[in-house]
Amino acid sequence: MYQYDDFDKTLVNERVAQFRSQTQRFLDGQLGDEEYRALRLRNGLYVQRFAPMLRVAIPYGLLSSRQLRMLAHVARKYDKGYGHFSTRQNIQYNWPKLEETPDILADLASVEMHAHQTSGNCIRNITTDHLAGVAADELEDPRPYCEITRQWSTFHPEFNWLPRKFKIAFSASAQERAAMQTHDIGVRLVRNSEGILGFSIYVGGGLGRTPIISVKIREWLEQEHLLSYLEAILRVYNRLGRRDNIHKARIKILVKALGAERFTQMVETEWARIKGTPGLTLAQADIDAMKSHFRPHDYAPDAAEDLSFKAHVDEDRAFASWAKHNLAQHKAPGYRAVFVSLKAPGIPPGDCTHEQMDVLAELADQYSFGEIRVTHNQNLVLADVRQTDLHALWKVLRMHNLATPNIGTLTDLICCPGLDFCSLANAGSIGVAAQINERFDNLDYIYDLGEIEVKMSGCMNGCGHHSVGHIGILGVEKIRKVVIDGEKKEFKEEWYQLTLGGSASNDATLGDRIGPSISRHEVVNAIDNILKVYVEQRRNEERFLDTYRRIGLDPFKAQVYATGETEEIA
Amino acid sequence: MSLRRIIKNRHILDDDCHHLGDDDALPSGPFTVSLARWNKERAQLSKDRAADVGVRIPNDLDVNEVMDQLMGLPRIVVEFPKFSDGRAMSQARVMREQYEFKGEIRATGDVLRDQIWHMYRCGIDAFEPRPDRSIEDALKAFSEMSINYQPAVDSAQSIFQRRRAT
Repeated sequence: MYQYDDFDKTLVNERVAQFRSQTQRFLDGQLGDEEYRALRLRNGLYVQRFAPMLRVAIPYGLLSSRQLRMLAHVARKYDKGYGHFSTRQNIQYNWPKLEETPDILADLASVEMHAHQTSGNCIRNITTDHLAGVAADELEDPRPYCEITRQWSTFHPEFNWLPRKFKIAFSASAQERAAMQTHDIGVRLVRNSEGILGFSIYVGGGLGRTPIISVKIREWLEQEHLLSYLEAILRVYNRLGRRDNIHKARIKILVKALGAERFTQMVETEWARIKGTPGLTLAQADIDAMKSHFRPHDYAPDAAEDLSFKAHVDEDRAFASWAKHNLAQHKAPGYRAVFVSLKAPGIPPGDCTHEQMDVLAELADQYSFGEIRVTHNQNLVLADVRQTDLHALWKVLRMHNLATPNIGTLTDLICCPGLDFCSLANAGSIGVAAQINERFDNLDYIYDLGEIEVKMSGCMNGCGHHSVGHIGILGVEKIRKVVIDGEKKEFKEEWYQLTLGGSASNDATLGDRIGPSISRHEVVNAIDNILKVYVEQRRNEERFLDTYRRIGLDPFKAQVYATGETEEIA
Repeated sequence: MSLRRIIKNRHILDDDCHHLGDDDALPSGPFTVSLARWNKERAQLSKDRAADVGVRIPNDLDVNEVMDQLMGLPRIVVEFPKFSDGRAMSQARVMREQYEFKGEIRATGDVLRDQIWHMYRCGIDAFEPRPDRSIEDALKAFSEMSINYQPAVDSAQSIFQRRRAT
């Protein structure tokens, strides 16, 4: 993985010192609330319902065991002993003290970590496929380009005060795993007819209040021009993106307003002016130097000769079930990528304790070349495990509640922190996740349902990606007005809006709203009803999403609203 | 009128530049006018007061459309209505890098210590910090960060070029 040089180390340390001074000036009353807010957000620090929340960057979701141990240390020393892995492949701490955050950042800097641009209206953490570099269906490892883009975007002087946040994702595999088309910019690695590697560029995707799937604005971009092209897009956006309405400020709204053709033309005009600028042009040597940080590991050539894995699968039913659901194919024969489920029943999705982090760091050192990845589905991955080691690894994972065999199933749901932590949320999501887990605790039933993605957000900002869930759940707030003893009172209630048929994959689609929102105690019943329709109507091994696409919304709607309490929310 | 203090080329200076309204009489020393007034009085001003006149441009202007009328001016003033509005960053960079504008580019408005370094990197070389803040404090903006990854006006070299050279 990428190792800092002296430039990187100096930059991170200087930012720690700068943030310490900004925090001190705020505590001394020299910096106003609004000014400090903008600065602390650019260093990952939110003020939440109960305490600040610190979001630490995990560039493209890749961690070393040393870094994971530091994350465990931070959880132990400065927080309540756990952290929350997010859909941005980052980690969030929910209980740090404001005054201690500069110390946390200094600790993180000692292992080449930071919280740069994990929030604020700037270019955010660059994300990609959690199986990058090991996936069999990959064109080429996208991470060197992610790291180049991370560096270019870090403290970019022109693009640090954009109209709104800006997210860039890279994708390089046949099967889309980075939700690339729901990002402000999506970069897809492609080969041209001569076999040369370059990029297709997508712009204007995003979730949140107005979910939109991005459009392709350039079929082919040479590698050397990646940064000048990104710069041209960002300049057009910085100039013309709306700043009068936060809900219309993302680039997706600009692309819609101008039309993709006009927008593309403006980008191309701007690009023509800066294309070839030496500072924005990557030399092959730059790309090669970056690639040298992401060389394939030293895989044992005889790993596939192992017979023990198959023997364990045959003998041990629990292991076999885990192996079936929690492993992914690896491009090296005899290796597998192992999904570490952070979706055990009763645990908020994505939460991980400091003990678990330490155990995983140890396992990574022992079995997976000392690296761990974070997925945008809020699980972890040990990406390079020899099949002969899988059984021993599984036993340790199981001991620490990290081997729930539910990857890709109903209970592997995505969920934001919701009303329990987040000051933006309208409704709880962790509690609903727990209810779903309780109701659907029969693994055989879950396996029979097959691949199904449930995604839940506590508000329409959409951190839980609900609009691209096969089943999406969105928390909304409902005000109930009642008169008690002649006095008018208002109660806020948590209600939920369901959508069906969304996908963040190759066939990226937004889900369809099923009907009026439903009350909290109806959510699990509604999901149960949706699944009943699916089970009745599915043909052979058809996925939920495919059944939905074949039969449409109506049968589901009829079943969900046949009973139960509903009310239209404007 | 007491002299304004500004930061210019990383130093604190006294400044006697007047920002004129569209009907104000011209002073003897340096001054700036709105883009609208410049458009109206350009012939006269560039003949009689070429060394003194600067132009203030709104931050939603596409500078590509006006640079042929602004080249050669001693001063262009860009505006930050809010510290969080970064549009003038792009304007300054385009004027410097694409038009090689050599005069002063001055930041006015909500100009604060924590944004000044990036403004400078984008080619703004003069700053009128918000009057309620210490200008001495604002000067510290230039000594906080020594490493830049990407090329900008202050340094055209990217981190990748620097690494190539080492």
